[in-house]
Amino acid sequence: MNHSISLTVNGARRDFVLDDPRVTLLDLLRERLHLTGTKKGCDRGQCGACTILVDGKRINSCLALAISHDGADILTIEGVARGDQLHPVQAAFIAHDGFQCGFCTPGQIMSAIGMMQEAQAGNDPERIRECMSGNLCRCGAYAGIVDAVLEAQAGMDESNQRRSA
Amino acid sequence: MKPFDYVRPATVTEAVAAAAQPGAAYLAAGTNLLDLMKGGVSRPDRLVDVTHLDGLDQIETLADGSLRIGALVSNADLAHDPEFARSYPAVAEALLSGASAQLRNAATVGGNLLQRTRCVYFYDTASRCNKRDAGTGCDARDGENRTHAVLGWSESCIATHPSDFCVPLVALDAVVEIEGRNGRREIALDALHRLPGNTPERDSALEPGDLIVAVRLPPPARGFSAHARYLKVRERTSYAFAVVSAAAALRIENGRIAEARLALGGVAAKPWRARAAEDVLRNVAPTADAFQEAAWRALADAKPSGDNAFKIELARRIVVRALLLAAAGTPARLPALPASPFASTSGAIHA
Repeated sequence: MNHSISLTVNGARRDFVLDDPRVTLLDLLRERLHLTGTKKGCDRGQCGACTILVDGKRINSCLALAISHDGADILTIEGVARGDQLHPVQAAFIAHDGFQCGFCTPGQIMSAIGMMQEAQAGNDPERIRECMSGNLCRCGAYAGIVDAVLEAQAGMDESNQRRSA
Repeated sequence: MKPFDYVRPATVTEAVAAAAQPGAAYLAAGTNLLDLMKGGVSRPDRLVDVTHLDGLDQIETLADGSLRIGALVSNADLAHDPEFARSYPAVAEALLSGASAQLRNAATVGGNLLQRTRCVYFYDTASRCNKRDAGTGCDARDGENRTHAVLGWSESCIATHPSDFCVPLVALDAVVEIEGRNGRREIALDALHRLPGNTPERDSALEPGDLIVAVRLPPPARGFSAHARYLKVRERTSYAFAVVSAAAALRIENGRIAEARLALGGVAAKPWRARAAEDVLRNVAPTADAFQEAAWRALADAKPSGDNAFKIELARRIVVRALLLAAAGTPARLPALPASPFASTSGAIHA
């Protein structure tokens, strides 16, 4: 039986007909939309490489059935920059060498953006490590990742202050 | 993953009817179920998607002072609800010590209760497992079993229940509201999960079609907010299941314990309420000696199911530490590393 769903992906409405309910959001993004920035690492919710934002919240797209997310608003790594202007978290990852091979990086960046929106970590490195523990980096670039998130968080705090001043 | 039919009922009644069929399973966030289906451990013929049902995602205080948590509230939304964290701090700490931020954003209250064991032989379909395939045997019994049960296990099954959330909930007398084929009923959370006995394939008291619609904390549960902690020993400090955990909650009046609540995680097929330990803490001063006695009582019936005798002593120590930290007072802020006995910011008194 076919099922029709529609999603908003990086700001654009997309309609799909699913001929099999087994399709995950991860496979839909990669195979149907060719948005391959979202990575399939473990495919079992353990590595975080598939992290995307769904309705503003970070989740593992490998453990989410597309059919169950009809109407959802999805943000992937392809949707965070504004044209050629990198998202502050992307820029901070480059500035602080927050990656080596780069495979986990889209998931790390989406997770960091989600974490900053959750406002649970602030500028405490220990909290950042805890709140980013769902993203594994087998190259071990964690020190750079924490520095990058700290800088991006500081930049966000500063721009919030400017806005409220 | 085995093919399945997908149905999305419009009402709870329709959901119960659809899920009462043999081979059906409820789908909420799917963070555990999809993992099990990908591994061929769970093989449902039909998924009944309850995520779009109305009215199951509310946190509400009832007229009698109970708190009612809808089954579809996410683990993260519940833990970060300021009023909830203030009133039930050990529950919030337990939630935040479980899984990862991504999983907590998706995973639901009802799903957390019904998550399956993390026994590796249950997950490995090439192994014999009485819980996965009734009557096939238990490869954990003579296998790698250092993390397995030390309480309530049987020769059929030595698996543990992996939930953190359930541990303080069972200590606080949480009640589970269930919608079934014969209407609404409720049972104590302590009666939801089953010990294995000869039928480890049945995790819970739920019947086909039964849907958990809410979890309720009765009015007295708020009385422990000033002295409540959840502590969890794991093999890494974040994003790992408990080797052993403990929820401790005290009501202290005039320097004496008026009432104590204690439960253990990671030790049995259900969150383990330690009532004998609670009894010895009634109307005594909150001292390390009293807590040692309580810990001894809590583990009095424990026995190793394999290479896990260490868990019994570990559990005693984590009980003492959790009680000491609870007696010292709930911290104003959650520690940076929730539930960690090694947290630098918790002001831990060493047991």
